[in-house]
Amino acid sequence: MAEPMGFFTDTTVCIGCKACEVACKQWNQLPAAEGGQNTLSGDSYDNTRKLDGTHWRHVQFIEQFSEDRKDGRWLLMSDVCKHCVQAGCLEVCPTNAIIRTEFDTVVIQSDVCNGCKACIAACPFGVIDINPVSNTAQKCTLCYDRLQNGMEPACSKACPTDSIQFGPVKELRERATKRVGQLHEGGEKRAYLYGADEKMLGGLNSFFLLVDRPEVYKLPPDPQLPSRNVPMSALFSGLGALVAGAIALVNFRNRTKEP
Amino acid sequence: MHYRSMRDSDCVVVMGSNMAENHPVAFRWPMKAKVEHGAKIIHVDPRFTRTSAMADIYAPIRAGSDIAFLGGLVNFMLNSPRWNEDPFFRSFVVNYTNAATIISEDFRDTEQLEGVFSGLMKYTGDVKEWPYNGFLGEYENKSWQYARSQGKSTGWTGATQKSGEQEAGDEQNETQQRAAKLAAGGPPYDKLVQVLVPPSAERDETLQHPRCVFQILKRHFHRYTPEMVERATGCPRDVFERVAHAILDNSGADRTVSFAYAVAWTQHTNGPQVIGCCALLQLLLGNYGRPGAGIMALRGHCSIQGSTDIPTLYHSIHGYMAHPSAMSQHASLAEWLAAETQATGYWANTPKFMVSYLKSMYGKAATRENDFGYDWHPKIIGDHSHMPMFVAMNEGRVKGMLCIGQNPATSLNARLERSALRKLEWLVVKDNWLHETATFWKNAPEVRAGEVSTADIATEVFFFPAAQVAEYDGSFTNTFRMLQWHFKAAEAPGDCRSDNWFTYELGKRLKKLYAQSSEKRDEGFKNLVWDFEPDKPISPPGEPSAPKILKEINGYTSDEPGKHLGGFDELKDDGSTTCASWIYCGVFPKPDENRSANRQPDPPDAPGQAQLGWAWSWPANRRIMYNRASADPQGKPWSERKKYVWWDEGKKRWVGYDVPDFPLEKPPTDKGKPGATGMDALPGTAPFIMKSDGYGWLYVPNGLVDGPLPAHYEPAESPVRNPVYKQQSSPVYKYWKTAGNPLASIGDPKFPYVITTYRLTEHYLAGAMSRWNPWLTELQPELFVELSPELAAEKGIANLDWVRISSPRAQVRAKALVTRRLRPFTIDGRTVHQVGMPWHWGYEGVVTGDVVNEMSSLVGDPNVSIHEGKAFVCNVERA
Repeated sequence: MAEPMGFFTDTTVCIGCKACEVACKQWNQLPAAEGGQNTLSGDSYDNTRKLDGTHWRHVQFIEQFSEDRKDGRWLLMSDVCKHCVQAGCLEVCPTNAIIRTEFDTVVIQSDVCNGCKACIAACPFGVIDINPVSNTAQKCTLCYDRLQNGMEPACSKACPTDSIQFGPVKELRERATKRVGQLHEGGEKRAYLYGADEKMLGGLNSFFLLVDRPEVYKLPPDPQLPSRNVPMSALFSGLGALVAGAIALVNFRNRTKEP
Repeated sequence: MHYRSMRDSDCVVVMGSNMAENHPVAFRWPMKAKVEHGAKIIHVDPRFTRTSAMADIYAPIRAGSDIAFLGGLVNFMLNSPRWNEDPFFRSFVVNYTNAATIISEDFRDTEQLEGVFSGLMKYTGDVKEWPYNGFLGEYENKSWQYARSQGKSTGWTGATQKSGEQEAGDEQNETQQRAAKLAAGGPPYDKLVQVLVPPSAERDETLQHPRCVFQILKRHFHRYTPEMVERATGCPRDVFERVAHAILDNSGADRTVSFAYAVAWTQHTNGPQVIGCCALLQLLLGNYGRPGAGIMALRGHCSIQGSTDIPTLYHSIHGYMAHPSAMSQHASLAEWLAAETQATGYWANTPKFMVSYLKSMYGKAATRENDFGYDWHPKIIGDHSHMPMFVAMNEGRVKGMLCIGQNPATSLNARLERSALRKLEWLVVKDNWLHETATFWKNAPEVRAGEVSTADIATEVFFFPAAQVAEYDGSFTNTFRMLQWHFKAAEAPGDCRSDNWFTYELGKRLKKLYAQSSEKRDEGFKNLVWDFEPDKPISPPGEPSAPKILKEINGYTSDEPGKHLGGFDELKDDGSTTCASWIYCGVFPKPDENRSANRQPDPPDAPGQAQLGWAWSWPANRRIMYNRASADPQGKPWSERKKYVWWDEGKKRWVGYDVPDFPLEKPPTDKGKPGATGMDALPGTAPFIMKSDGYGWLYVPNGLVDGPLPAHYEPAESPVRNPVYKQQSSPVYKYWKTAGNPLASIGDPKFPYVITTYRLTEHYLAGAMSRWNPWLTELQPELFVELSPELAAEKGIANLDWVRISSPRAQVRAKALVTRRLRPFTIDGRTVHQVGMPWHWGYEGVVTGDVVNEMSSLVGDPNVSIHEGKAFVCNVERA
């Protein structure tokens, strides 16, 4: 196996330009939501809202301003598949469509996926969803095709400020640790790495430098593998089905009310 | 400024720009400075944007109050102990700027005249053929000039300049008349230049003389106190002072500050004065010609720099020379040269540049006997820029328009501009998509609303699909003057053709049309050199040879076209050299050496990182202009850390990491020859070689028509009275008084809010390059108006509500985006709300939305006729 490869996303230098989102879509030929005619979300400058089967990079815009604006910041963060060393999606995939590559990245093979959606539920980060064009589960491949040809992924290549850095995970971790030290020295004591060591799912090959709690970035503080919860999950899935059914009913009723 | 050099800055001030959003790739360099060596980033802006998110200090200011803020910084520096005690500042200012120069005793400042300068008068310059110059008032700048004691004894009289294009009937001054007479017989033009040499200006290097520039500055800016900054801009005093300290602390022999601005400084009725105020500040701080110093003029389009170098501007010809005018003293080549040549400094070579340019236009037909074809050259008769052109068009004075890469149907006061389009006989649109201008006759809001009927529009519209940049060879000139060649990567589909193809074909057909004409006025067309046929056929048929165009721009020996010119020092004034644009001379020095195609980066550890092997930058492949200023008056680097270009005493020449911007063998000890022309007139300590005296101008005696110093004026439309002067707005801004272009009065209760318009990363200008791309439209699908929660609460508006925004010109609808990134300001004791709107939408494309520019007005700056889209007034209501 080649060296494990991954992303270090330094959110403190992200300018929210979304070049990563567009470069990803262009390289991977992913369709735009509603043919591009989606609606304004009203949630800052985020109009694509989440990672899913056609959005493999997603930039979050988190506005944090006190009422008098004396304290104010706009956190910008490009989210992506974490390429976990212990990957829940890979663990649950019944058709073996999800593989670990020679770069230690996690890739869904579209032609082997039967669209069962088990991986969607298994991912603690909500990264995966169905791509309506292929009707299979899809997510970031860390540009497996580019890596096989000695090229870096499209998003990191396009990132103008090196917020997204690509490379051997070992090297990225060293660089990231230094960067945290530099930020601490400069007074930004809130800076820390998310997922850069083995404690989190054996390590996230795509890890982040953050300056607020994980939840602020819609990240789980303590992500778990689905296998750890197997006994309990049998019970919960039964209850869950009931709840989901009830929600679906309410939703259907709401939908029929819409003009 | 070389944008890579921002990596060397110790502090980057972004003001008048949203650099991270609108120039994200260039913003890489400030970010490197921040990450690599802890440079401070400061953002001064009406809105908290993605640039502010990266900033160490964000300073909010009301849109349109930039000079009040910058003037406050100037006053802060002049009064600070550090600035007054550090010998670096003193040395830079005395030796490299005109601080010591003494000004005419007739000059009166805004301090004496309640906010205006001496020389103000009523404007009377329009001619009946073109009554569209838009001036309300004008200045005569005689009283603004340097004091020159021997002026009378040598018979020299200074040029008097008045605003813009109104010089019809003015007497040419005696010196120019004498010069023109000497040049009437043709080249050489040395005697003409000699006659134009002015007597030396009086100076006081102690900076104590009450009329020296330094003392005038101190008096002029003394009212720009931190309190006044807070009153006029709304920026809290403590934030302003943090900004001022950061700038001062990072300036000096060992540190440098750069500024970056874009159209949020230019799009005002006094835009050039805003930029001038920053230049003044940077000169006072010694932040010029040095690594990480200067002012980064961010240009939004990949070749917008190229489009002013080889201009699409009406008032200049290639290489920033004045366009021949029927209204100025430009009747013959000799008179043009007498009026436009600056006898001292590098511009003394103007006759060489002009004659070589005329040779590129008319080739062999251009001879010394016929003034090198000067009479054939088109002449202007007034302001032919965008706004007056559309006012004239709306009055039926313009028959046809070629609209290439522009979308005026969504442009300034867009209803008025679309009304003008309806008056055209014909319109050619060449673009990627059928955008709003191409379909104004069937899909514009007034047509859909039934106010105008398609059947009543007689304009014949032709659409030419455009090839994309990767589909032909050519070059871009980027924001810091660097020419980069690009190669064709794919065939254009169907009938799509390059702009080169279109223009070349059009020229060929016009030449054919006029070939048999015996009219004198058609001689220009008949003699125009128009041969860019490729040696080997290239596809599609008719595509001209891009290298042949570059060759004409670069220049060659007139009698031996295979011999390219190596640089502008080879140009001659006798017609023996042909060169379309002197500043580009040297980019293509040999037939097999196109230096814009060079791609050799510096090794990462190379000192200076000038990257001289990567493409080619005008002038002379120089990356940092005026880099003589990176050494002290004796020629030594100011410090080891900021070392760049210096005098090598052993080699007796200027050396360094970059191409030195100075005569290579002129020593720092050279005193300059009194009475000499060109570079000989300047001392070895004068870095600003394009200026007649070699100094950076803190005070601008000529070149700006609205004052020698910046002063804060309110925008043409403002909710408040000017807190700084009695004079409300610039007394000389341009306004086109015409139906459909009313202005709100000061503090009009119907339009109580300030509005600023802008762009988003996700879209591009009027949208023709982004609104047809679903990958971009899904990121920003709908038009919105940004407003503060305070204003939203006052008006009962919730996030995502539909809102109606109105100005005296029009009203539009948009969804509300309520955010604390916008804030109310306290101006002169009262609350002023401000809203912001991006203007990318229109009625065509994958996503559509109202045309925000319908609300803007036709008012402009008097120097460059740019509009005021960055600050005007509006009302907002729930729709």
